[in-house]
Amino acid sequence: MLVDPITSMWSDRLFQATLVVLLLAMIFTSLEYAATRVARAPRRRAAVGAGDGGADAEISDTPDGAEGAPGDGSRTGRTRADRYGRIGISLMILAVVLHAGSIVLRGLATYRWPLGNMYEFTSALCLMAVGAWLVLVRKHPPLRPAGVFVLTPILLLMFITGTVLYAEAAPVVPALQSYWIIIHVTTITLASGMLLVPGVASLLFLMKRNERPAALAAKLPGAEALDRLAYRVTVLAFPLYTFGIITGAVWAEAAWGRFWGWDPKETVAFVAWVLYAAYLHARATAGWRTSRAAWINSAGFATIVFNLFFINMVVAGLHSYAGV
Amino acid sequence: MTSDMTSGVARPPTAPPQPPGSPTGSEPPARRDRFGGVAAFLRNTWRGLTSMRTALVLLFLLALAAMPGALIPQRSLNEFLVDDFYADYPTAAPIIESLGGFEVFASPWFAAIYLLLMISLVGCVLPRSVEYWHSMRAAPVATPRNLTRLPHHAEADSAESPDAVLERTRRLLRGWRRVERSEPGGVTAVSAERGYLRETGNLVFHLSLIGLLLGFAGGKLYGYEGDVIVRADGAEFCNSSILGYDTFRAGLRVDGTDLNEFCVRVDRFDGTWLPNGQPSTFGAQIGYQTGEDLADGVTDWRPGEITVNYPLRTDGDRAYLTGYGYAPEFTVTWPDGQSRTGGIQWRPVDQSGSQLSEGATKFEQPGITDAELRRTTQLAVTGTFAPTGAVDAEGNLASVHPDLRAPTADVNIMRGDLGIDDGRGQSIFTVDQQKIDDGELVTVAEERLGVGDSVTLDDGTVVRFDGVTPWVNLQVGHDPGQIWVLVFSIVMVAGLALSLSVKRRRLWVRIRPVDGGSRIQLGGLARTDRAGYGEEFDRLGSELLDPMDKKDG
Repeated sequence: MLVDPITSMWSDRLFQATLVVLLLAMIFTSLEYAATRVARAPRRRAAVGAGDGGADAEISDTPDGAEGAPGDGSRTGRTRADRYGRIGISLMILAVVLHAGSIVLRGLATYRWPLGNMYEFTSALCLMAVGAWLVLVRKHPPLRPAGVFVLTPILLLMFITGTVLYAEAAPVVPALQSYWIIIHVTTITLASGMLLVPGVASLLFLMKRNERPAALAAKLPGAEALDRLAYRVTVLAFPLYTFGIITGAVWAEAAWGRFWGWDPKETVAFVAWVLYAAYLHARATAGWRTSRAAWINSAGFATIVFNLFFINMVVAGLHSYAGV
Repeated sequence: MTSDMTSGVARPPTAPPQPPGSPTGSEPPARRDRFGGVAAFLRNTWRGLTSMRTALVLLFLLALAAMPGALIPQRSLNEFLVDDFYADYPTAAPIIESLGGFEVFASPWFAAIYLLLMISLVGCVLPRSVEYWHSMRAAPVATPRNLTRLPHHAEADSAESPDAVLERTRRLLRGWRRVERSEPGGVTAVSAERGYLRETGNLVFHLSLIGLLLGFAGGKLYGYEGDVIVRADGAEFCNSSILGYDTFRAGLRVDGTDLNEFCVRVDRFDGTWLPNGQPSTFGAQIGYQTGEDLADGVTDWRPGEITVNYPLRTDGDRAYLTGYGYAPEFTVTWPDGQSRTGGIQWRPVDQSGSQLSEGATKFEQPGITDAELRRTTQLAVTGTFAPTGAVDAEGNLASVHPDLRAPTADVNIMRGDLGIDDGRGQSIFTVDQQKIDDGELVTVAEERLGVGDSVTLDDGTVVRFDGVTPWVNLQVGHDPGQIWVLVFSIVMVAGLALSLSVKRRRLWVRIRPVDGGSRIQLGGLARTDRAGYGEEFDRLGSELLDPMDKKDG
């Protein structure tokens, strides 16, 4: 038996459920964002952004969400923003559970490690990114209001995964039948998913720092916090990414006869690696520490996304497998 | 290029690049003769090259320069795609060619960037290693006079005696490198520093990166790679000279005279496919003789198997199964009763993996010595072969599955001068097109044959399609550098993880005796990036200050 169709069908359904739950989570995180009040606002009315007219009057009495000042007049003891944020986080946890279920069932349905094509890879990458964000929010709760900016690219990726990239559950070609798929692809997925967070955080940092667009920037966590977030996650993910590239080289030596051959995928992975190395160096170079470093980090993640889509789907190489 | 994790607060690790031509000040103008100018220029160039800013720019250039290697077809990867590119962009292609765009990773400008980066790396890491050596022996720096000006500081009074506080400080700072200094007025200042492993990891990372690149370069110099097609019916191949190979890519220092000899005999090719034709498993049953066996005159073959992901590894060389195909076998029987059998490999032409193949199996009638006659009687069975034949809408032969389910050959039998006597080399897969154009080689029969079918030519010669033998493409690789690349890359990741996870930080404690106890001042400075030292400092501070100071609680 090559594929178990029932299990595979449930895997697909769980994927669809994940997509719906993530969409709900995004709605609640954007509500949270809209309801968040700017902390240091001297004038109340000015602090309220342009977009949240109806809720304006109602929430104008509540104190600043993220800071969690006690003693407001609301019945629940929590601000509206805080409630939305908590619902958003709960939904994200639910999404992670459903998503993990979808991936596990995919593996059970095909009797192999479920990272064999772009659908499975991108799906897992999104799971890792949501997971990384949940871990971060748990460790640094003040970051939570930025969740909508992390969920937006993830949801976009998930949508592409479920439509353009979708591939029926099937066995993989001989080159992928190796235990290295477990080590190499999993590491790369994890590292790429983690690197999404600093990529987004760096862009938010640039928004915050330049205060453009002002309506969005005002409610973001502080520039310093975003910058530190980007750095901390990058220094975790970069060694992992390096390890992923090295295990890829080891696998390539066994499968393709050479450990490094400048295959397009290898080349762009190398470019992304060099960019992240440049990011770390920029952090230690006067004049490059802040904005420029943030631009480099965003460029690094853009390169990873480019490697995922453009190189696999447009430029043919050894990493392109049947049915995308 | 140093991954300079130190913040440079205490001391810049490398001097900033001097503006060109700026005198170093103390030198008297008279001595700045021509030679001194050159020296200054060299020194400034060196400083500029090894500065972090230059390293950054070079890193960007490297990233930028590598991109065309992914976006433009590369000759080293796929020659056919380069040809397609020429056909699609006839104007742009020669320009790209002249810029080295089809061979980015062998181009001079790519080499220039990585060589400069390498110099920058060496020029930065070596002095830092020396500096590191000295700093490992140095005591932590003296306590600044005013601790409140540091980014992290705290202060409290304690009822304990200065000695008791000092004792607690020592206990708290176990594991830190520290030094105690006495200051006037009975004051004790403790300087402590921790996280030296960060710089260790940093240097290990960069030094092993150099090692990795040297290993890579060594492999390019002394390594080689060859491809050979071997019929999977007990045919043998020996890695003894370049001549045995169909293609051979030698390293710069390889002349092909000194290959590690070993032999492989391919007994059988096993392939399995899914119903839709997607490959499932490939494997070749082999026997092999190692270099030692051959030297000792051992005639037995060691049994083995080569599959995708599991090459044969012997004597530091590897033999991979990188392709397979079919060799249709034809027997030609001439009217005089003589016959010859030919079964040369045909090559797959369909990119989708259906194994539709083309080729040319060539024959000469035996016993003909007259050169003129030879040039009119040579035969070539050319055409298309499908392992599982089917007829498409236009009536052409198509292959619907790569396995040998219904082997079919659409043959085009040609007679005349094959050009084998002209002394020019020719492809084993095709006949000389020039001979066809000149009318010296003409089609005498066209037929669709299944196994066992035959076709009779006008002169009574019978061509029979006997059967099919699979062949495998073996790729032999020799790379003495790759083990070093592996070792260095493992050390490199370890160094990287170390340097990015350890924080280098300093802590100072000043204990001043006051009436009825002591006053404790704390100061902290992270020597690393803004990765957060505050939390640890606060914890240390509260442990040191809080137990006796209940005013806060």
